[in-house]
Amino acid sequence: MQYESPKSIDDAISLISNASGNTRLLAGGTDLLVQMQSQVADPDLVVDIKNIKEMKEFKKEDGAYVIGAAVTGMEIAEHEEFAKDWPGVVDGVKLIGSIQIKGRASMGGNLCNASPAADSIPAMIASGAFAIIAGPDGRREVLVEDFIKGPGKTTLKSNEILVSIKLPLKKQNSSGAYLRFTPRTEMDIAVVGVGVNITLSDSGICEDAKISIGAVAEKALVVEDAASALIGNKITEEIIEDYIEKVRASARPINDKRGTVEFRIQVIGVIAKRALNMALERIR
Amino acid sequence: MSDIIAYEEKELKIIGTRPIRPDGVDKVTGRARYGADINLPGQLYGSVYRSPHAHALIKSIDVSAALAMPGVKAVITGDDLEDMPSQFIPVGEMIVNFRDMTRNVMAREKVLYDGHPIAAIAAISESIAKEALKKIKIDFEILPHVIDVVEAMKPGAPLLHKDQHTLIERKRLGSEPIIESPPKEPSNIAKRLTWEKGDIENAFSKAHIIIEREFNTKPVHQGYIEPHAAVASCTEDGQVEVYTCSQGHFVIRSQCAKLLGIEVSKIKVIPTELGGGFGGKNNVYLEPLAIMLSRIVHRPVKMVMSRNEVFRASGPSPAGHVKVKIGCDKNGKIIAADAQIDMQSGAFPGSPLPQATITCFTRYDIENVRVIGHDVTTNRPKVAAYRAPGAPIAAFGVESVMDELAENLSIDPLDLRIMNAAKQGTQTYYGVTFPQIGFLETLKRAKAHKNYNVPLEKNQGRGVATGFWMNIGNDTTSSLNVNDDGTIALTIGTIDVAGGSRSSLAMMVAEEFGIDSDKVRVTTGDTSQLGFNFVTAGSRGTFAGGIVAVLAARKAIEECKIRAAKTWNVPLDEVVWEDGFARPASSNVGGFDPLPLSDIAKNASKTGGPIAGHSEKNVQGAGPGFGTQIVDVEVDKETGSIKILRHTIIQDAGKAIHPAYVEGQYQGGAVQGIGWALNEEYIYGDDGRLQNPGFLDYRVPVASDVPFIDTDIVEVPNPYHPYGVRGIGEVPIIPPTAAIANAVYNATGIRFNSLPLSPPKVLAAITKK
Amino acid sequence: MTRQHIEAKINGDNCDFLCESNETLLSVIRNQLQLTGTKEGCSTGDCGACSVMLDDRLVCSCLTLAVEVEGKNIDTIEGMSNGEDLHVLQKKFLEHAALQCGICTPGFLIAARALLEKNPDPTETEVRYWLAGNLCRCTGYHKIVEAVLDAAEEMRG
Repeated sequence: MQYESPKSIDDAISLISNASGNTRLLAGGTDLLVQMQSQVADPDLVVDIKNIKEMKEFKKEDGAYVIGAAVTGMEIAEHEEFAKDWPGVVDGVKLIGSIQIKGRASMGGNLCNASPAADSIPAMIASGAFAIIAGPDGRREVLVEDFIKGPGKTTLKSNEILVSIKLPLKKQNSSGAYLRFTPRTEMDIAVVGVGVNITLSDSGICEDAKISIGAVAEKALVVEDAASALIGNKITEEIIEDYIEKVRASARPINDKRGTVEFRIQVIGVIAKRALNMALERIR
Repeated sequence: MSDIIAYEEKELKIIGTRPIRPDGVDKVTGRARYGADINLPGQLYGSVYRSPHAHALIKSIDVSAALAMPGVKAVITGDDLEDMPSQFIPVGEMIVNFRDMTRNVMAREKVLYDGHPIAAIAAISESIAKEALKKIKIDFEILPHVIDVVEAMKPGAPLLHKDQHTLIERKRLGSEPIIESPPKEPSNIAKRLTWEKGDIENAFSKAHIIIEREFNTKPVHQGYIEPHAAVASCTEDGQVEVYTCSQGHFVIRSQCAKLLGIEVSKIKVIPTELGGGFGGKNNVYLEPLAIMLSRIVHRPVKMVMSRNEVFRASGPSPAGHVKVKIGCDKNGKIIAADAQIDMQSGAFPGSPLPQATITCFTRYDIENVRVIGHDVTTNRPKVAAYRAPGAPIAAFGVESVMDELAENLSIDPLDLRIMNAAKQGTQTYYGVTFPQIGFLETLKRAKAHKNYNVPLEKNQGRGVATGFWMNIGNDTTSSLNVNDDGTIALTIGTIDVAGGSRSSLAMMVAEEFGIDSDKVRVTTGDTSQLGFNFVTAGSRGTFAGGIVAVLAARKAIEECKIRAAKTWNVPLDEVVWEDGFARPASSNVGGFDPLPLSDIAKNASKTGGPIAGHSEKNVQGAGPGFGTQIVDVEVDKETGSIKILRHTIIQDAGKAIHPAYVEGQYQGGAVQGIGWALNEEYIYGDDGRLQNPGFLDYRVPVASDVPFIDTDIVEVPNPYHPYGVRGIGEVPIIPPTAAIANAVYNATGIRFNSLPLSPPKVLAAITKK
Repeated sequence: MTRQHIEAKINGDNCDFLCESNETLLSVIRNQLQLTGTKEGCSTGDCGACSVMLDDRLVCSCLTLAVEVEGKNIDTIEGMSNGEDLHVLQKKFLEHAALQCGICTPGFLIAARALLEKNPDPTETEVRYWLAGNLCRCTGYHKIVEAVLDAAEEMRG
């Protein structure tokens, strides 16, 4: 196995474009090394992106946050201002794994690994985040929900790299939350996950909403029906019941060792309600 | 019982205090050396080729490509092990057949579980050893498999062993055991064991109330954080040295000697520090393979299991299917009890059938009892002991039925147990009559405990359950030497499996001599330094280790008195030992200044030579252990999630030599029980392969899953130990599953009769209700 | 596979080693550097027994490639006590009997020290959640949490 640690994005692109065998990018390594341990992955070339300045930057561009693909979970969780503006995204990042895992794991890596149950993905989708991608022909932006194609699959071409994740400008009177269900209190893969972002008018009417659900399909889904159920309304018990129904209706989980279909559909409604309430609390 | 040292009530100076454990500094600094920390010069690295199938015939094995790989020094398969005849020998806490053990170490005609070793390789590096596995070619004929214990018992189930016919044994209290002739048809049921007392049919016909229920539990693993590891070195003249993390290095030696045809005296097993065992490290797995490989190349071979291998191929606990039927009179006195316990033994016979059947109802004084147990072979790893093996499975059923009886009779669940509790003089259905025991005390203390009376809120519930373990003594040896400065060196052979027995033994010896406990240094000897010591199991470490340590100390003290008598030129019976000094028995003897141990030691050479004492005993008189636990839970009715709010353990330790270690054992065992109740289970795919061989999906409790565990140490002294010690390590894991199920019932009105109480199961039941 | 030569710092001292490019930091610490205090419990980042500090970040060394630590500081359990004196956490673990078999203890101490450096006054819940990445099978966590809270109190002075 060859290990390279380029110092620039162009160098990285050139390495992966010219590679002949199986190539993997290395950020935190908390997915890749586990896959190598279990012999699911056996790369010929590993390209470490952690020494590329732009990938490690956590900054604001014209008021919008830009998080480099190699910024670690702990760095995101420790960013006080970001946590105030985008608590839902921080919720998701904080659940990626233990403190040890978050010390290395990056949100970018969590995105590129594209597990259907990844915790940061529904949170990013709900917040309207974009993936910033670099290739030999330049850069492009893709909404996170469109960046993911399926389990372990993204729209990245073999000569492209995820550079950073960009969040839109935060709106007034808006907040978000991410909640998941796991059998233990920590250290588990989400059985269901829900990312919520809500904007309220001054009079308490829902002006905008985006709901994303994870671990109940081959990738995180955007539930437009659930958002529509909220938008234009004051959030009452009745509205919430409708919202829950719409969330459940769009879930299409499978049976696996972490949960059954019935259980996931039942519980995603409960978690969606709790996440919504959390987001509403935060706006107040 | 002339070998028994009776309990003596006396004032204690050291016992009951909390000195720092002697192995502690090494452990907090990373110095302590565990199995995988051992490296020998020139060592090779071993790897194991393991079956990817649950059940298959081995048609052919071709290791030539692996052997030809540069860096590979040796490859072995099942053919390199002698075939063994059928021979039943007690090993660990179970009876094992060596014909089976050799096949578990390495498969012969067929593979019987996902992970079953088929070949092993020694190479100059770990990476080459792993790479070489890919070059081994094996031709399998896949056979149908069976894992579920109920399925495996059905006629027509896939058969693991064509020549296995059920051994049927019936034991009736007061009569000779009856061995029935085995059925003609082979079966996965390796053994059927029945205990009987009285007349249950008649008694049930008179019962005011009968509750009959069926229960299922899933297999779990001991979950020790240290994977198995061994380093073996064989010299050209046939001497073998093995470093291994094991609970019983003498048993490992015996097993290796027998399996490999080596004289016991030619094998030296050196125990490393143990990173957790709980019964799972009583048997050989890697040791024979490492020895065989080393025997070929005469270089040390180091082998370490990965976590994946630990789950697939060590010795987890069985799954159980349990039927319980209990009948009471109108006052709540139990008049009849009947149980059937079916347990997986894994690929070969030998589940903890005796233990499960013996502990089943023994907490209660019942006139009419029947317990039937089945040992059932299934396509999963051969089971090994897991902390009170078998007992938690039986107790889950019995303690749940007790709860239902209490509710139906409108009796407080603790009162129902108090009413029926076994006491001194109660004869069990397997024959033993209890001496002084502390069960009632734990029940009464539980009832009076503040945690039993905390008001519960919505969605919260409280449950109780009890546990019993007979505890054992068995072969134990120890050697004590008085150093020339008056400090003591104690060599023990019963492994300190973490409960702190080294500390407790030092304290007992210090108490005997009348010196500070930090003046006693305890070392675990290797197999060449002491006589046979049984595995540390059955909660015997502090109990049995303590008895021989005390006997050795008393012999050494006797020798010290002889030296004082010599020094003073008085008869021996005029010298007494008190508080670390030899003193004249009375002023009539003469005005001699008391001689401290250090002086006697300093002059030992002049008075005859170095002073020592030793003891070798098959220790008897283990005190039965009893405990009661109270658990409060909160159920999230929307998700089925269960949270443990409070967990209280009231258990009889006889005498807590070091209270902090007793508390630690209670708390650790209880949390393992919580894991067993809530989330832990082996998940198999339709192909018979283990789907969760890792700590991600095999869910042991993490720190945020559990609260502080309250402990209350009851001390009803064991009359057969000088300090009253009872074994304590196993009882704590027995009550939690039923206590939690009973608490969940109290919170939701739903009785769960299968484990684990995972959220999907709980939610489905709540939704249905 | 050609081995790479890496230079780093371990417990404050310069060190260098040869390693294969797919070798983990855990393997190098235990084998090339012969510091066996850091343990391998699972190799998948689920048990925390391999916890070390990498440039002052708490990480699992089983999920870090050795080649990635060029020029970095690694802190292991062997560097925790200060010459003669044990760290307060080590003392409290001993006093509270917060260890039994001890295999998880180095990982817990490294993780707990990282917690207290970041949050000198954690609640019981914060301690439990921070340490959720460290598995213990012997103690049930009770005395570990007590020891960490007590150490925090003493360190706050």
